[in-house]
Amino acid sequence: MRGLVKTYRTGRGAKAAEVRANDGISLDVRRGEVFGLLGPNGAGKSTLVRQLTGLLRPDEGSIDVLGHDLVRHPERAPRLLGYLGQESTALDELTVALAAETTGRLRGLPARRARAERDAVLAELGLEPLADRPVGRLSGGQRRLACFGAALVGERPLLVLDEPTTGMDPVARRAVWAAVDRRRAEHGTTVLLVTHNVIEAETVLDRVAVVHGGRVLACDTPGRLKALVDGRVRLELVWRTDAPPDVPVLAAAAGRARVSGRRWTLRTTPEEARELVAAVTSGPAFAALDDFTLATPTLEDAYLDLGAAQGADREGGQAG
Amino acid sequence: MTASAEATAPAATPGRPAPAPLAPAARLLPALAAVYRAQLSRARVARMPLLFVATFQSLGILVMMRGVVDSGGNDSARAVVAGSSVLVVAFVALNLLAQYFGRLRATGGLDHYATLPVPPAAVVLGAAGAYASFTLPGTLVTAAVGAGLFGLPWAHLWILLAVVPLAGAALSGLGAVCGLLAPRQEIATLLGQLGMSAALLLGVLPASRMPEAVRLLRDLLPSTYGVEAFARTFDAAPDWAAVGADLAVCAAVGLLSLTAATRAYRRAAVSGR
Repeated sequence: MRGLVKTYRTGRGAKAAEVRANDGISLDVRRGEVFGLLGPNGAGKSTLVRQLTGLLRPDEGSIDVLGHDLVRHPERAPRLLGYLGQESTALDELTVALAAETTGRLRGLPARRARAERDAVLAELGLEPLADRPVGRLSGGQRRLACFGAALVGERPLLVLDEPTTGMDPVARRAVWAAVDRRRAEHGTTVLLVTHNVIEAETVLDRVAVVHGGRVLACDTPGRLKALVDGRVRLELVWRTDAPPDVPVLAAAAGRARVSGRRWTLRTTPEEARELVAAVTSGPAFAALDDFTLATPTLEDAYLDLGAAQGADREGGQAG
Repeated sequence: MTASAEATAPAATPGRPAPAPLAPAARLLPALAAVYRAQLSRARVARMPLLFVATFQSLGILVMMRGVVDSGGNDSARAVVAGSSVLVVAFVALNLLAQYFGRLRATGGLDHYATLPVPPAAVVLGAAGAYASFTLPGTLVTAAVGAGLFGLPWAHLWILLAVVPLAGAALSGLGAVCGLLAPRQEIATLLGQLGMSAALLLGVLPASRMPEAVRLLRDLLPSTYGVEAFARTFDAAPDWAAVGADLAVCAAVGLLSLTAATRAYRRAAVSGR
């Protein structure tokens, strides 16, 4: 079964300046998937999410969520999805417990259900000790967790979470991902996650779309995105002062290295890396070398590669 | 993609699952009650100091005016007591509510409500109702102290139980409209302050001493009708018909301004129209 959840084709032209925050984005998210939108600040992730949640109407394109056309019926979005935005101002002056309960009531739950779900969610997230504290007086991570709790009260088949774990400690993060996993296992909940945290994306997401400049640069599993960097490795060389001028292998590599101060970062084939390492660990180059590291590619490399390919029109390393 | 006949343009989607059922939307009254309750609790949690400022300001005006107005059943004394009592309502329902909605809009807090299946009227009426409720204790205290200071009868102070909600509805509706439509938070604050200043300047002084133009302005202000209704009840034999008419104006303005506020909310919450 092919459980298509949503498709966007959006081109968003805003105001007179014609800023295209989303420039023809198309994505399919499958049911029961934890899907990530990864991209730098200003990439258009939040614009995309605001259209999905019915807060913004796309200028063009279509949004289909669980069989509902949300461009024609944006008012259905709140009945299909739970949304965790980046701001907590609406809940700041409520206690954690009342924020969760009120949100449940406003999601249409009867009073008793809202109270029961409130208690269950607070217990699940370990928020009980904070239940009577105002949301606005908690630390950043705790506040985020309290808002996440409110987003969970009143079950929805789709959760849209905009950077849910910002500022959280590892315990809170684990509570968030455990809660997400539980809902996915028990109810087949689909999760759309906005993040610019690459490390988190690598561990929790089933699939990820890299968004940059309002476009989707790539969309695949974290593993396959890493493969986009072609099995190339990352070599970092740190010089004591300057790179030695008269080592031929280095001279050839210098043009392709990303240079930041004394540090060179090179993405290259394992063979060339071996050659370079041999060259810099002997002779005059070794004298000039402060440190070096050799690593297999991470999602961050894929992400940076994709961004760089887009930005500087450099010859990219995308495998067809 | 599965094999599909070319001719079926709208694709009857044989392979697609049926649309997911929609969760029920929140109904107006329970949602209104939930918003109201949450808003009331804010007063406790945030211990909004401005609620006290509202009362102190009015008490200060009473004491100050006592220096220039004789006590007893004269028009001026009535205007001062009624005006400063209703001023508490203007301060909280108009000024503070405008600031609250202005802040909510500027900081993206409205998104929270806009992504919940709540009728807009529930959010607006819940918040407006709570702000109007905040004003009741301050108004009662101001009226009681004022009546004592200026030697006015306490017999009909109960009329405040009608004046506060009705003037509160009219003023909080205006406050919400200002807060929700102001393009910037500072402008929302400014409009709220201006509204309250108008209620202060035009409400506390007796109308008989005002020039014609100012009196016209005063007639345009909804709080005026709350002040008039309250002031009339200090008479030995109040003209209840006139009191009722004044309150009816408040109610009508309240209905209009809260309807406008609901539309303003809808506009502000879904900026993409």
